[in-house]
Amino acid sequence: MEAIRKISSCITVLPKSDIDTDQIIPARFLTTTSREGLGVHLFNDWRFLADGTENPDFVLNKAESKGCEVLVAGHNFGCGSSREHAPWSLLDFGIRAVISTGIADIFRSNSLKNGLLPIEVDEQTHEWLISNPGSSIDIDVANSTLTIENGKPISFAIDGFARHCLIEGIDQLGFLRNEEDAITRFEESRPWTP
Amino acid sequence: MNAGNPQTLFEKVWADHIVRPETADTPAILYIDLHLIHEVTTPQAFTILRERGLSVRRPDLTIGTMDHSTPTTPVRNFKDLAVVGEGAASQVVKMQDNCREFGLELFGFDNDYRGIVHVIGPEIGATQPGKTVVCGDSHTSTHGAFGAIAFGIGTTEVGHVLATQCLLQRRPRTLAINVSGKLQPGVTAKDVILAIIGEIGIGGGTGHVIEYRGDMITAMDMEARMTICNMSIEAGARAGMIAPDDTTIDYLNGRPRAPSGADWDEAVQRWSALPGHPDATFDRSVDINGDDLQPMVTFGTNPGMVVAINEPVPDANSDTGFRKALDYMQLSPGKPLTESAVDIVFLGSCTNSRLSDLTQAAEMLRGRKIADGVRMLVVPGSQQIKAEAESLGLHEVFKSAGADWRESGCSMCIAMNGDIVPKGRLCVSTSNRNFEGRQGMGARTILASPLTAAASAIEGSVADPRKYL
Repeated sequence: MEAIRKISSCITVLPKSDIDTDQIIPARFLTTTSREGLGVHLFNDWRFLADGTENPDFVLNKAESKGCEVLVAGHNFGCGSSREHAPWSLLDFGIRAVISTGIADIFRSNSLKNGLLPIEVDEQTHEWLISNPGSSIDIDVANSTLTIENGKPISFAIDGFARHCLIEGIDQLGFLRNEEDAITRFEESRPWTP
Repeated sequence: MNAGNPQTLFEKVWADHIVRPETADTPAILYIDLHLIHEVTTPQAFTILRERGLSVRRPDLTIGTMDHSTPTTPVRNFKDLAVVGEGAASQVVKMQDNCREFGLELFGFDNDYRGIVHVIGPEIGATQPGKTVVCGDSHTSTHGAFGAIAFGIGTTEVGHVLATQCLLQRRPRTLAINVSGKLQPGVTAKDVILAIIGEIGIGGGTGHVIEYRGDMITAMDMEARMTICNMSIEAGARAGMIAPDDTTIDYLNGRPRAPSGADWDEAVQRWSALPGHPDATFDRSVDINGDDLQPMVTFGTNPGMVVAINEPVPDANSDTGFRKALDYMQLSPGKPLTESAVDIVFLGSCTNSRLSDLTQAAEMLRGRKIADGVRMLVVPGSQQIKAEAESLGLHEVFKSAGADWRESGCSMCIAMNGDIVPKGRLCVSTSNRNFEGRQGMGARTILASPLTAAASAIEGSVADPRKYL
């Protein structure tokens, strides 16, 4: 995983609440056996019209969204299935952070393992972001702060271990494999076997 | 958690699987007893193993099946896979190759126990009280019905479990949902869980493991309990659990992967100590009186948008998301759903495809016909359930009524295998998600119980099952 320390970008805003992973990437695109190239299907059924052309009304298709690496979405983003294809498609599209007032558990976990930063903010900050698409934002992962339009830095909560892995680009599988002796001891000392 | 304090069911099982406790700096290392894998969320995990030259640490704790991308028509050879399309077919072939290469047991097309991953785990008795169970699938919460900690994981984590049999986890919070009362005729576990999700909301369980308690839950059989726990994720919860009791033990007794002989006696003793201490406390609790519960149906585009069958669709037009959902569903506030014409009825999925679900629907359909113009697809949860249903003659009941009787799989719940609801069509479905496009692009889904689904098939519009009991 690539280290991720700072993001400076414009924001693109999708204010809808409860955006589920079936919207982020519909199930019919999960027949892939690769992690690559899923960005073309991101928000497929909102982004494209029935004839396959871009839906001009969808925010990610608008000129002001081009190049924005931060997506601000409504409450409870990423609910639904456990498909890791959701963060894979966001990252492949070029999104590096998602901001909401609430982010679903499995989506958050999957995002952190791929270098997509899930950020939960308070309602007031969220409301400002939703109302100001295109504004610029600076995210500092090490200090867990975001700064809107050169204002005062706002802190956000992120698990310390996840943050450490993000800023150092640490792969959690490597961390677990270093614990193999402890895992073996656990297996050998259990009073019952599964 | 203090070991001296009275513990909940969840806390006991969690504590029993800690390889390393969590600290401020690091999550806990949690040991996994049963890893279920399927063809959709594993190929990239096997790629990681291959890239790093790793093997599977515990093939004996890993069980594979194929369910999402598989046809619900018979598969005798590779050509029969063509109906699901090229991508899905290649995913199925890859699953077979990966399991062979890494030495993993796979319930493939030649196996009588193949079926939906969350149906077969309990069916073979591999799902047991006190275990930790994971799968790259959010409906892994189903297995919590046995008093296991069972939750869905992503593909990277599938790789972690394959390689190390462990996961890095922060301990979730606990939420008690106490359901009291007695189910009225025509009201089922599906209606109970839909009502619970309507009550606490689709994000209401986020960060929590739910324990379902109360006399309504303890009175349920295992299949009903599985329906309840299955949809915990639809309330955003990490997992759902029910304390093991005699119902649980009776269900497992004699199943192929359940312990036997002296091991069985030891296991029963261990399982009997799992229910939470009466003084144990939860981070939150919610009380629900189930006496007045009605058959429930969803009207929107998430499982929390739910009403009793005779209630009008609520009016919240000031909420743009709500209005958008009703526009998508082509429904208006103020009217009950019972006026809506139905195109398709789907009886199946890891929520409602077990023998009791099929039996309930078949009893209602016996001697009746489904309405003209309605297509009804019946997809058993496993090949075992299919065989049992056929030995009871249920397939003939469904076929005589005009329904389509299929091989097992996820089918129209996720619409990855060619079983889709066409654009704009209305489907009454016993599955778990009514998200936009879930059953096919532009498909409109109403989630309901098997009884409501069968009644709707007969009537040709969304129907109250109590008329046909």
